[in-house]
Amino acid sequence: MDIYLFEAIINGILLGGVLALLALGLNLIFGVIDVVWICYAELVMCGMYMIFWLHSFFGWPILLASFAAILGVAGLGVLLHLLVISPILGSAPINQLLATGGMLFFLQSLATLLFGTDFRNIGVRLPLIELGDIFISYSRLLAFGTALIGAVALYLFLSRTYLGIAMRAIAQDREIMGLMGVDQRRVYLITSAVGGALAGLAACLLVLQYDVHPFIGLSFGPITFMICVLGGLGNMIGGFIAAFVMSQIIAVGGYYFSIEISYVLAFVFFIVLMFIRPQGLLAR
Amino acid sequence: MKNELARRLGALVVATLLLALVPLATSDYALHIAIQILLWGFVYTAWSLMGKFGLVSLGHGAFLGIGAYASPLLWNYAGLTPWLGIPIGILAAMLLALIIGYPCFRLRVVGHYFALVTLALSQVALLTIVAARDITGGSLGMTPKAVGHSWYALQFPEKPYFYAIALAVWVFGILIWHFVDIGKGRAALDAIAEDEGAAAAIGVDVMREKLRVTLASAALTAFGGALLSQYFMYVNPDTLSGIGVSLQIVFAAIAGGMYSALGPTAGGLFTIALPEILRVTMGTNFVGAANTIYGALLVIFIIFMPRGVIGLIESRLAAAPARKISKEPAA
Repeated sequence: MDIYLFEAIINGILLGGVLALLALGLNLIFGVIDVVWICYAELVMCGMYMIFWLHSFFGWPILLASFAAILGVAGLGVLLHLLVISPILGSAPINQLLATGGMLFFLQSLATLLFGTDFRNIGVRLPLIELGDIFISYSRLLAFGTALIGAVALYLFLSRTYLGIAMRAIAQDREIMGLMGVDQRRVYLITSAVGGALAGLAACLLVLQYDVHPFIGLSFGPITFMICVLGGLGNMIGGFIAAFVMSQIIAVGGYYFSIEISYVLAFVFFIVLMFIRPQGLLAR
Repeated sequence: MKNELARRLGALVVATLLLALVPLATSDYALHIAIQILLWGFVYTAWSLMGKFGLVSLGHGAFLGIGAYASPLLWNYAGLTPWLGIPIGILAAMLLALIIGYPCFRLRVVGHYFALVTLALSQVALLTIVAARDITGGSLGMTPKAVGHSWYALQFPEKPYFYAIALAVWVFGILIWHFVDIGKGRAALDAIAEDEGAAAAIGVDVMREKLRVTLASAALTAFGGALLSQYFMYVNPDTLSGIGVSLQIVFAAIAGGMYSALGPTAGGLFTIALPEILRVTMGTNFVGAANTIYGALLVIFIIFMPRGVIGLIESRLAAAPARKISKEPAA
């Protein structure tokens, strides 16, 4: 096999890890609260700025800055839920989607206002790993590994803890769980915090690979939604698999054509699949 | 029904005559703003044709982009006049709407899923334009070959000409809006928005009604895009296509009020005038301030005023005379 194609496939798998992490967070929110956070990737952008400022400006060690960013974005998730989502929980689902879309605009332009449109880099350069003839970026490998650990941790949280089980139960039947004595408001808040924390974790991983700028959310936000829908909105395992399918299309498409064409292919694949399997890849 | 139509037409004629006088009294700068408001108002109105029936499309950036790029591309590379280029762009947009709309409606892709499928569509359009950078100029955009004042090329450096065109097109858009609002299809579409299965059960041809309004909306949006590119003499994928524009269209229509004829235009007033006012009063140090305020207001609108500004005004106005009428004996 062509060595560059092989490298593209490896990179696709590594990219899939981060996309899977993003999709997990979004799916968690959707599954439990039944809301699509259109501004999810913008929360990631906020996290990346937090790390940038804490590390590059205030000189915090990168790990501490990352930890602070995870907490910070979790806080943003809670704020988003309290200020935007909870007032319109009862209204048409499309209104909730649009309200978070308004937040997308707000966060993007607020970042432009505060930080300008400069591309900022935290200046941490991790080495490349050489395996035979192929080069693998260490930061991507780290991102992939962390994303997998995050996914497993989330799985354990959802299947082993009381809160996690309550979350899944609410996702299955909103009304009955209220009668069973589960405090829905509290579960929603915690879900928002966990969803935010996952965005923060993704921010930590992405900031090592990409420059931060106010519009970075647009470069991986849409693909994340497509992945979630492809896997079946709210279906975490589906989303996880879809992330790797999409990232392969992007990586291999980028190898044969160009990066834009590869995204076009991914989106067209998404549209066509929506028509063949409207309930997602894993629907029965 | 007849009286209602006459009343609406009368109001529109009066408004048009008043707006037609604007170029006599104002500067080129004010006309520039007014033209943008009218053209974007037209696009937002086109979107609301679908939006008010629960068909929330985030794919209008694609239709707008096709309309905006078709005529400059045909003009620059084939020497084809926009008089043919614009209809070709409109037909292309309608074809795309059919390709996406038909399976969506057949398979009952609705709500979130419809929004996200159409979102993918607008992203496909944006990326295709960027990827075809050899002919479209990619992210840098492109300029139609300028020939000065020409009816053949539909290029008018003088603002009043374009103001007249924009006004005529805007009136056309409002007429279509009323046509759909009064027409027979409206009840059918309302029923579909309420409960698609029930509508189908009482004999509404769901597919036909949805496709009709979708094709009309896509065609008008592409038309608006074409005129925007003819007016600015410049097209750029980020301002005329893609997810950002799609969201802008949706929000302007909602903020203005998508259930009212003038709502989307009010949204245009808001989205065009607000950044201008902020830019003039605060200077360019605050790049992003306009959009920050805009984004925050949108969220507030959606939470507190889902019917938009004009919708709110209308319901206030409607509440007052309604009490008067109820006292009179039924005739």
